[in-house]
Amino acid sequence: MIGIPQSPKSPLAALLVASSLAALAPARAQADEAKFRIGVVTFLSGAAAGPFGVPARNGAEVLAEAINAGKVPAPYQKPGFGGRPVELVFLDEAGGTTKQVSEYRDLVQRQNVDAVIGYISSGDCLAIAPVAEELKKLTIFFDCGTPRIFEDASYKYVFRASSHAAMDNIAAAFYVTDVLPGARKIAGINQNYAWGQDSWSDFENSMKKLKSGVEVTTSQMPKLLAGQYGAEISALMAGSPDVIHSSFWGGDLDAFVLQAVPRGALKKSTAVLTCGETATHKLAGQIPDGTIIGARGPHGAFAPDVELNRFFRAAYQDRYVLYPNYPAYHMSQALLGLKAAYEKAQGSGTAAPTPDQIIAAFEGLTFDSPSGPIRMALGKGHQAVEGTVYGQAKTVDGKLTFVNVKHYPAEKVNPPEGVKSADWIQAGFKPAK
Amino acid sequence: MTTSRRTTLGLGAALAALALLAPVLPKWALFLVVVSLAKGLAALGLLVLMRTGLVSFGQGLYFAAGAYAAGLARDALHLGDGVLMVLAGGLTAALVAALLGLLLARYRAIFFAMLSLAFSMILYGLLVKTPALGSTDGFNVSAKSFFGLSPASGVGRYGIYGIAALSAFGAAVGVDRYLGSHLGRLAPAVRDNELRVEYMGASVRNVVHLNLVLAGALAGLGGAVTALAVGHIDPEMAYWTTSGEFVFVAILSGTASVAAPFAGALLLELLRSFAYEHAPNTWQLVMGASMLAVILFLPAGLWSVFARKRRAAR
Amino acid sequence: MTLLAVLVDGVIYASWLFIIAAGLTIVYGVMRILNMAHGSLYALGAYAAASLAGAWLRLGFQPMASYAVLVLAAVLVGAVVGPLVERGLLRHTYGRDEVVLVLVTYALFLVLEDLVKLAWGVESYFITEPYGLLGTVEMGTLSYPVYSGVLVLAAVLVGVGLRFGIYGTRYGKLLIAVIHDREVSATLGIDVDRIYLVTFVLGTTLAALGGALTAPTVSVVPGMGVEVIVLAFAVVVIGGLGSMPGAALGALIVGLVRSAAVHFFPQVELFSIYLVMALVLAFRPRGLFVAAEARKI
Repeated sequence: MIGIPQSPKSPLAALLVASSLAALAPARAQADEAKFRIGVVTFLSGAAAGPFGVPARNGAEVLAEAINAGKVPAPYQKPGFGGRPVELVFLDEAGGTTKQVSEYRDLVQRQNVDAVIGYISSGDCLAIAPVAEELKKLTIFFDCGTPRIFEDASYKYVFRASSHAAMDNIAAAFYVTDVLPGARKIAGINQNYAWGQDSWSDFENSMKKLKSGVEVTTSQMPKLLAGQYGAEISALMAGSPDVIHSSFWGGDLDAFVLQAVPRGALKKSTAVLTCGETATHKLAGQIPDGTIIGARGPHGAFAPDVELNRFFRAAYQDRYVLYPNYPAYHMSQALLGLKAAYEKAQGSGTAAPTPDQIIAAFEGLTFDSPSGPIRMALGKGHQAVEGTVYGQAKTVDGKLTFVNVKHYPAEKVNPPEGVKSADWIQAGFKPAK
Repeated sequence: MTTSRRTTLGLGAALAALALLAPVLPKWALFLVVVSLAKGLAALGLLVLMRTGLVSFGQGLYFAAGAYAAGLARDALHLGDGVLMVLAGGLTAALVAALLGLLLARYRAIFFAMLSLAFSMILYGLLVKTPALGSTDGFNVSAKSFFGLSPASGVGRYGIYGIAALSAFGAAVGVDRYLGSHLGRLAPAVRDNELRVEYMGASVRNVVHLNLVLAGALAGLGGAVTALAVGHIDPEMAYWTTSGEFVFVAILSGTASVAAPFAGALLLELLRSFAYEHAPNTWQLVMGASMLAVILFLPAGLWSVFARKRRAAR
Repeated sequence: MTLLAVLVDGVIYASWLFIIAAGLTIVYGVMRILNMAHGSLYALGAYAAASLAGAWLRLGFQPMASYAVLVLAAVLVGAVVGPLVERGLLRHTYGRDEVVLVLVTYALFLVLEDLVKLAWGVESYFITEPYGLLGTVEMGTLSYPVYSGVLVLAAVLVGVGLRFGIYGTRYGKLLIAVIHDREVSATLGIDVDRIYLVTFVLGTTLAALGGALTAPTVSVVPGMGVEVIVLAFAVVVIGGLGSMPGAALGALIVGLVRSAAVHFFPQVELFSIYLVMALVLAFRPRGLFVAAEARKI
């Protein structure tokens, strides 16, 4: 070979250096010290964007603006976080856990945000929690459901400002036994992933604990985003169950209702839709009377008539026409919880509190939200509990209303501190000592 | 100097560069490099397959097998050292590949791609249906020690970085030697004309099978490194989109050099981070358009840019 | 009774799959492109149908004619997007490796997903009227919407139409010639470029038709095309890539297996389809309907 052999490592090394530098460049040079910057991660693309991610983003946007303008009602009238303006940095949650961990590191280590609020997918929450701990960054999960986060581990930097999903299905079982005392034959259609599997097993076990002689006709587990449920609906109808439980959400829920209703499947059996609220905005007129609807807490149509809620609804509707749905409420709980903790840590002084002070203030905090008071009661003060509400749909003059609305206080549908949800159900819902 | 010796030297220099860069690189970049090296390992496996004329749309199977094996090595076998976990990942994936290879080695072209896809989707389905392994939520993974040293907080990152860099170096050198060896040179021969290889007395089936195992082992190593770096594993690793990404990295990089898949993976990660940050609502559009641009304007892969320059310099 | 339900559910699902898979297999047969963007074209069809038929119904036109509007939406997507993609993109990649072409369409899929999002947003769209309009038929304890029958009819029409189009017309014969040997066909004076264009437009229209006919039964949302791609792949691979009877048989097998799984073993539904695909390929490496090719020496 003629000429000086050039080693092939040089392009690789050059590429490495050049690309690292190139990527470094857009990093914001020491962010504005005055602002409290929050990374907000929700689904902006994919199937979960429409029903969850985008309403949550909208909620965060509306609320952050109101917070900065000092327009939020008491006890949140102080502008910003203790006078410090809030800035949100939005990120898409799509792309899987590896990508999310990578983006989280980027948010924390490069963009230097002061806190992160985010994550709808339970898988993402489970993956992010240890990373938050490693990077020592205050992180508030707002919507993901799995109880495993604080039941299997404990964290210092991680909080969840909304109830976990066991509550939804325990309360659903209570509600079914309350309003349909004769129901014995139950069936389920849930998406084949952790959310659907957990939802069904919590509901099934709770029903069996609450009532003797409960019989499962079928438990259908179609793939996430399957879209076509013809065969499943036939299988459900064949067993003529009293109750059909479903934790479907988004397009899958819409499709299931649209395909089941014309076939009369939801007339002969009463559907229990634990996430039904996100679909009620659009499916009004399709949902048969008597269908049991949940909102994963006192959110949306089930939210209490208090000043904070009236304000949030009006501000959201003003910008986005629709009413805020439960993910938007969950987002408001995370943002307002953080604000409450920040201002409690700040006390009467004006100096910005340290992250450790904010965390200490957040632990075990009780704060107001559009959904009523939230208590950080589980997971050593890191996991919120709230009551929940179920109701039955009734269409009046083409508008969907709710009847037989029942509230379940937090301690009745959440396990006490230190008890795992599944064990609590098996032990027959023993109240805290 | 032989080309193989030169490549080894070059890779050694790259390894040294990685070691020197470690203290300088910001932490987020450290993570990015580790993930890129892990994906590069899987793509390197595809490079071996592509030399043999095969493209697998199911490498996610071995990637996930390696990751889960690493996680279980710690939880079930109490092999808590990062090095052992990664080795367990590579070994398990190689075993799985050896087994599936009995069937897969008979297939070619699009049918090979589709059958590997089917297998990876079956593993995905099995993992989703296994609550003991966390179903779709997966479970968290962390090493108790690295090279026998317990990771004090903050040092653990460098342990993973070291493992990733050494695995990538070892794999690249190994694959380079293999491709230059007598057996390795049969790969392009199989791609070009199987019948002639058979006439010469070599077993096409064995060559393909061996390369399948090699590619599987590399993907398994990558999966195990990813598991350690991310700290979490879930069935998504076996999903076809993961496999598709590896194919993309392999094609983007071209088959010219064993270093190319690593550079390609790094570039893809950087591009994606960039797109996420600056176009959170349209990052797919940015990715898709960049892919199209590379395919249309750099038909031989990104590496061809360097290769061309080098030729020009001579 | 249950067996009847398995059969009916299976056939309905198979019809839905066939319409989508037919487009995929014809594009592969002629152009040797395994089109990953097929699912996006399906989604485009659904969006177009939801918008057009939605507007039609809102303006108070004859609801019975909304079925024609659905089909029109699909044709429109085919006629606009088909040539755009073929002329604008695919044309520049012919002759490249099959796998590279797969990647090209994968990139196209990413681009289309976001373009759809930019055009329609992330909100869901509904056109529910056509689904319920025709009423239901009772079968024992079960009832089925007549619309499902429309879907089956549409699948049969597509199948018969394609068969006649390919074997019964001059154009179809040219198509077969191109499928067998592109170079020789070109030397014989067949306008291969044109054949490719027509084929891709046809494939796009079929994908969009699948989407348009699905639109009344679902809410049209982002990401709805993703699942469809792999399902359609499975069908086409089982039947044999590029084979039209293969796609029909593959769809029927997948439909029946899935519906049997749902009724008898709901636990295995998730991977039943891939299991079938792996089994078929294990015994018929090239799918059910493709003859072995001669090996070149």
